[in-house]
Amino acid sequence: MSFEVPIERGKIREFARAAYSQNPAYDSPGAVIPPTFLTTAANFWGDGTHPASQLGFELARVLHGGEEYEFFGRPPHAGQTLTASPRLGERWEKEGKRGGVMRFAKIVTEYRDAAGSLVAEQRTTVIETAKPPKQEG
Amino acid sequence: MGVSVGDVAEPRTFGPVTRTDIVRYAGASGDFNPIHHDETFATAAGFPTVFSIGMYQAALLATYATDWLGAETIRRFTVRFSDQVWPGDVLTCSGRVVGIEPSEEGPTAEVELTCTRQTGATAIAATAAFVI
Repeated sequence: MSFEVPIERGKIREFARAAYSQNPAYDSPGAVIPPTFLTTAANFWGDGTHPASQLGFELARVLHGGEEYEFFGRPPHAGQTLTASPRLGERWEKEGKRGGVMRFAKIVTEYRDAAGSLVAEQRTTVIETAKPPKQEG
Repeated sequence: MGVSVGDVAEPRTFGPVTRTDIVRYAGASGDFNPIHHDETFATAAGFPTVFSIGMYQAALLATYATDWLGAETIRRFTVRFSDQVWPGDVLTCSGRVVGIEPSEEGPTAEVELTCTRQTGATAIAATAAFVI
């Protein structure tokens, strides 16, 4: 399920501009990625299969709860090609405010450089909101 | 750079958020969920209009944070989504150092960041770590 993610200067610049950043760190031949840039990896380089599809969550009730990016040193930079490996992480449940069960899941994606070193990790929280035990109407 | 617990960054406002802002971010990130750019789709789904992409606000908050403490020195960025953001919203980012922790690379500043709407509601909240 792994896929390659080339880190490209032009995409970094485009992303930084969309985020109203003029930080020079995002605009040079060896530009580093903005903190949330790896959100683009699965969209542009993923093969369409995603561990989230294995959760069995009902799409109409799915929310994006949060994102975490951790960098094990200077963030990845233009010119690198990373290998992304997504997997299902922790899963848990909570009672919804109006009854029913809210289900939570983490998708953990490891990013390794050409030498195989772990350079970044992305943790996505996906929520399936509760279906009230008794539907009205 | 001298960074201490309790330091606050000068707040920065972004916006009013336009549909063009949302579309530019959609293109840059590859998120083409039509609920964020297709008025016909959004209203048919029961929304008054299109609404922003949560990750757009996250990217703005990251812009703010890395201008403050560094793009090369960030080591973690964690964001939680709270309130939806709509075209016309004015977003205000603020940040505060809440801790200094040791790490293999040296002292690391732990910061809390918020992005609030003009209503006062928190759109997103984040924490981040920077080597200092």
